Amino acid sequence: MTTLTHLQRLEAESISILRDAVSESQKPVMLYSIGKDSAVMLHLAKKAFFPGKLPFPLLHVDTTWKFQDMYRLRDKTAAELGADLIVHKNPEAVRLGINPFDHGSAMHTDIWKTEGLKQALDAGGFDLAFGGARRDEEKSRAKERIFSVRTKEHRWDPKQQRPELWRLYNARVQQGESVRCFPLSNWTELDVWQYISQQDIEIVPLYLAAERPVVDRDGTLIMVDDDRFRLREGEVPMTKKVRFRTLGCYPLSGAIESEADTLPAIIQEMLLATTSERQGRLIDHDSKASMEKKKQEGYF
Amino acid sequence: MSASPGAYRDASSDLIASDIEAYLHEHEHKSLLRFITCGSVDDGKSTLIGRLLYESQMVFEDQLAALHHDSKTSGTQGGELDLALLVDGLAAEREQGITIDVAYRFFSTEKRKFIVADTPGHEQYTRNMVTGASTADLAIILIDARRGVLTQTRRHSFLVSLLGIRKVVLAVNKIDAVDYSQEVVETIDKEYREFAAGIGLTDIVTIPTSALKGDNVLVRSENTPWYEGPTLLGHLEAVPNSEETQHGPFRMPVQWVSRPDLDFRGFAGQIAGGSVRPGDSVRVLPSGRVSTVARIVTMDGDLEQAQAPQSITLTLTDEVDVSRGDVLAAADDSPEVADVFEATVIWMGETELATGRPYLLKIGARTVTATVSKPDHKVDVNTMEHLPADTLGLNEIGVCTIRLDRPVPFDAYAVNRDMGGFILVDRLTNNTVGAGLLRKALRGSDNVHWQATDVGKAAHIAMKGQKPCVVWFTGVPSSGKSTIANLVEKQLFAQGKHTYLLDGDNLRHGLNKDLGFSPEDRMENIRRVGEVARLMVDAGLIVLVTLVSPYRAERDAVRARMEDGEFFEVFVDAPLSVVQERDPKGLYRKASAGEATNVTGIDSPYEAPENPELRLPTAEMSAEEASANVLGLLAEAGILNP
Repeated sequence: MTTLTHLQRLEAESISILRDAVSESQKPVMLYSIGKDSAVMLHLAKKAFFPGKLPFPLLHVDTTWKFQDMYRLRDKTAAELGADLIVHKNPEAVRLGINPFDHGSAMHTDIWKTEGLKQALDAGGFDLAFGGARRDEEKSRAKERIFSVRTKEHRWDPKQQRPELWRLYNARVQQGESVRCFPLSNWTELDVWQYISQQDIEIVPLYLAAERPVVDRDGTLIMVDDDRFRLREGEVPMTKKVRFRTLGCYPLSGAIESEADTLPAIIQEMLLATTSERQGRLIDHDSKASMEKKKQEGYF
Repeated sequence: MSASPGAYRDASSDLIASDIEAYLHEHEHKSLLRFITCGSVDDGKSTLIGRLLYESQMVFEDQLAALHHDSKTSGTQGGELDLALLVDGLAAEREQGITIDVAYRFFSTEKRKFIVADTPGHEQYTRNMVTGASTADLAIILIDARRGVLTQTRRHSFLVSLLGIRKVVLAVNKIDAVDYSQEVVETIDKEYREFAAGIGLTDIVTIPTSALKGDNVLVRSENTPWYEGPTLLGHLEAVPNSEETQHGPFRMPVQWVSRPDLDFRGFAGQIAGGSVRPGDSVRVLPSGRVSTVARIVTMDGDLEQAQAPQSITLTLTDEVDVSRGDVLAAADDSPEVADVFEATVIWMGETELATGRPYLLKIGARTVTATVSKPDHKVDVNTMEHLPADTLGLNEIGVCTIRLDRPVPFDAYAVNRDMGGFILVDRLTNNTVGAGLLRKALRGSDNVHWQATDVGKAAHIAMKGQKPCVVWFTGVPSSGKSTIANLVEKQLFAQGKHTYLLDGDNLRHGLNKDLGFSPEDRMENIRRVGEVARLMVDAGLIVLVTLVSPYRAERDAVRARMEDGEFFEVFVDAPLSVVQERDPKGLYRKASAGEATNVTGIDSPYEAPENPELRLPTAEMSAEEASANVLGLLAEAGILNP
């Protein structure tokens, strides 16, 4: 008998959660955001149902403003898996041409992501959606359940969450209600990186440092990923060796200058870093306790 | 070494900076320890966790900046760094200044990853502590050195012991506030051990700490030269984590039957006890069939051996019947199978336990219907005194008899948490309203036995010369259930079938005279009619039931009591506008005039069937057409000749 490592125990727990959630729901779906956490979650799902195929579709709530590298990896991954990939773009946002430059990060995120997600879940009639959120990401997430119940309006009510004991999860909901299920709840950022390295999981190259065109916006480095980027008068993108700690819409993702172009180097930088992961996400800075607010409104 | 904050951080930072590969290798071979911290707001619990996070590098500079800011605006340390603010979470509770739920925190050292369940100390939140304790290997009980062993200390210890945590750290905190007195610590230690032995806690390590100043948390304190034991973190790094279930007999609840193609049939689950190898003899429970493990399948290749708590997929050498919820267990050391138990129940619902009412009970990967008896007694968590009780309210704990609608495999909770722990789910709200620990199966004289009869169901069926079944017509009032069922029965009768029509309204004149229209009474109404229908099927009859039966869970429970192919759910589906128009009993008119309440479809919910055997849209077809459809269904099922 050997002692299992912490990664083995985390993996076993996540696989068990995935299997239980699929068994206990009528129509599950996996939110696939193409980031490193999604990559790990998807890898665990492949393990959970091996040698079978994934018993649910993948859903990408597309804002049309993701990095080009992300779209490439998304399509490649779906093709390799033979998975059913649903791409949802909020038609209202398409019609209004919502973008981070004219409408600001809050409105952009709300309409494309929060509203888009609700639309996609309603349209598919999904009663359970897997998400890659972790409890260590942010203070208000530390209390999130692994199976989190959402109302018909997709709202999260901290008072209505169910106690979770042992490995006994309760995925039962009334018609119209749904469950968000977070198999990576107990993973930390370090665990995720370690696992990616150990399992050789493919990630978007933007996580690794490379020469990229960026502009400095109020102290945050933003990559000019396509010609929709609105340069200020006289502004010329500079080439810097940068990487991203989190990926989202490219005009809203802050890059950090880095020399780390291998996984161990990223992990090293992260461990020695002095800023936490979510700082690169501009949407969290809008107001204090903003993640908690977003969650109540139905943001994942 | 002195207790300078950050000393620990620097040590690991050196390795990270100088040799990341070596660091990663170490990290990859870390083990995992889950622990719970118990104490009140004032014992310095949040400060202690904040310090563990802070010292072990889990706090980044931007968080630190926020912390410095918050310490000035809402800190309790007079503007000094208030580490408790690192862990005090939701905005609502920040305002109240208390922690109101279970929060999970993470930190790691070079030796271990830790998951901390941070739970509040308030009496009304027993629920949260039990939740946090259910997955913990160890408990830290915090005591304020100035106040000693309090009622809440006893309460926390009792819950820790109840949930099966054997390892306890008694952190005598705020030792700085009693001048680092050895005498104070020894007095508290002695008093605590005397009490703890009485509730079965003996593996106790007492550590004098100051979470605020850092004494004996990560580094040995110069202020307590008389203390020779480990520091808190040193102890947490070294204590064996409870993987003792690995040494027990093999247990694996089947979560998922994997059938990607005709050639592969695997049983997936997380091992809940012991270990398994190909060639091992396993028993499938509750059926009792025995087979042999052929392969342990994973995406990384077949394994030679697997152990708790790994998640695996097993294939067997024989084609035995295994479904989700079954347990695969060591053939020579199998769990018991039973349907009546003595259990400790911890009530977590806002509404008190309704004894005798059916709840859903989930154990392992299986969900069954359960009723809970009136408690034998309840336990005062402060004094551990046994008190008489009629029921259990929120945060109350009692010993009850649990009856299930079918037998399940189990081990006593004290032997294996995953094989003996269960949750109770309310069938109307779907909320988790209780948790329980199975103590033992009950087969005593106080339990009702099943009396075998010589003339059984098969004989009844043979004599009638027909296949019995239940045709269950469900739908809102005036949807047409009785009219259709009546036509169906006439046809069956004409064909020489032995039938009976159980009409919901008629039954309310006799059998169900005592029931009203509250949700509870409606559930009981459905249950009784279902049981009568089942007896009639036993007698060989074709039974037609016309009952509004608005709750899906109750209808499904009736179905679960029948054998496969004996229950036909017929959804008589008419839109509200149509039934209000028909309204032969004047029910909807009364409802809209406010003269009748609890009318299904108006002020009482109707949960339509999700997969009925037949749906009859009566607004679009005549009663004759509808009854022909029912007869067609029965012909197809071989109940009657076409």
